[in-house]
Amino acid sequence: MLDDFFTRALLAGIGVALVAGPLGCFIVWRRMAYFGDTMAHAALLGVALAFVLETNLILGVFVVGALTAVALVLLERRAALSSDALLGLLSHSTLAVGLVIVATLLVHLRIDLLSYLFGDILAVSRLDLLVIWLGGAVILGAMAVIWRPLLAGTVNVDLAAAESMRPEQARLAFMLLLAGVIAIAMKIVGILLITALLIIPAATARRFATSPEAMAALAALAGILAVIAGLYGSLFFDTPSGPSIVVAALALFLFSLLPIYPGWMARAGGHPS
Amino acid sequence: MASAQLLAEAKGLGIKRSGRWLVRHVDLTVRRGEIVTVIGPNGSGKSTTVKGLLGLMAPDEGKAHLAAGIKVGYVPQKLAIDWTLPLTVRRLMTLTGRYRRDEIVDALQSVGVPHLSNALIQTLSGGEFQRVLLARALIRKPDLLVLDEPVQGVDFSGEIALYELIHGIRDRLQCGILLISHDLHIVMARTDTVVCLNGHVCCRGAPKTVAESPEYLRLFGPRAAETLAVYRHRHDHVHNADGTVVPLAGEKGPEERHA
Repeated sequence: MLDDFFTRALLAGIGVALVAGPLGCFIVWRRMAYFGDTMAHAALLGVALAFVLETNLILGVFVVGALTAVALVLLERRAALSSDALLGLLSHSTLAVGLVIVATLLVHLRIDLLSYLFGDILAVSRLDLLVIWLGGAVILGAMAVIWRPLLAGTVNVDLAAAESMRPEQARLAFMLLLAGVIAIAMKIVGILLITALLIIPAATARRFATSPEAMAALAALAGILAVIAGLYGSLFFDTPSGPSIVVAALALFLFSLLPIYPGWMARAGGHPS
Repeated sequence: MASAQLLAEAKGLGIKRSGRWLVRHVDLTVRRGEIVTVIGPNGSGKSTTVKGLLGLMAPDEGKAHLAAGIKVGYVPQKLAIDWTLPLTVRRLMTLTGRYRRDEIVDALQSVGVPHLSNALIQTLSGGEFQRVLLARALIRKPDLLVLDEPVQGVDFSGEIALYELIHGIRDRLQCGILLISHDLHIVMARTDTVVCLNGHVCCRGAPKTVAESPEYLRLFGPRAAETLAVYRHRHDHVHNADGTVVPLAGEKGPEERHA
């Protein structure tokens, strides 16, 4: 079964979607979208450094992402710039440095830049699959452990700290887990589209969720549907797979906005205006 | 009161940020069964002091500590919950711990809002919200209850009801209560100790003593003392620190009040 490249792509995408759902919810609740973007952009620097140091790509992306998160937390404490400006600075400078290094290496190593920027899910190997599912399981397990303090800190940092929940540690742990997700998701949708895979399914789930936990589960489900629809779409319409997955996620989101609820038909009929 | 268990203590507490002292030389204690109110104008360092006392901000000077193993219940000033977070009252109750359904019902009942358990947090009115936050802190059966500006967004009659509630909690749970308030509230009359803060401790003592102290009047103006009088039954005397009665006419308080 795993011999088929399309099956491997489906399994890889589903594995990433399962993890991206819960983490994406916290990104939405904590308004960290730009932060997610910054870490994703830093991933290209991770790719470049992994090539230079001849180490594993996923490891390189994770380490650079984690360092970016730590750098941001430290710079925030100094507070010379607003965190918004700091993110802009880190986001684009890491992307630029990454592009410069990769472009230099391109000549010698024939690196396919587009596959990192937009993903290359159809080239997922068995080893990639193993890394995605094992890494994903570790990330989900860690999320379960930090769930209560992280949620308490999202609601109110002082409250969580006063009631000994250690919200700052939970926040740092969450950032590291986010670096992990970006590392394993890079191959699926690419650096430039990872944030979409985190945010759009979470936003889709909001309308139907009645608790934070339900929203996390629904976001994972929405992500899985987007992966399946996007991959089959890319197969039939011969479109690039990473962007197709994001387009499918967007379609699901737009669908979730439709005012479909009991009595809608009657109300629509009752008011011709 | 002095023999009751010491729950939290700050000695010579000083906290500075970017080279400026937010508060300095603050002594503060809360004992079991005691209600302590910290008042002061905006920016006087009330929240900083309480955060220092609870260990949320590291002191740059002096010491602050909580008694070992005590449970804190915290009612924040306001919660800026993003509307994308689907949080019902019931789920909020288990934010920092696990509780059974009947415990949740009891806690909501004790603050008079049992009907709200399925409501979304974002849909509550100011008064309902404060009561729910109070219930959330109470379900922990805290040794020390900390309330930051608990009557914000609550109307006058709601304010009195809320303070009656807080008073009842002290009697029922036998916990220590630390209140923060940015101006003088009627509650002061039912507080054991008032600490008036303005970067440092201006004055402290029983509510009446503070309301009539010259430092307090300088800070808040003479009209502030009248607010207190609304609630307090009419007095023709004040007490000295040792409890002896001093007629009002003989003190300098009244002159300052009408200055």
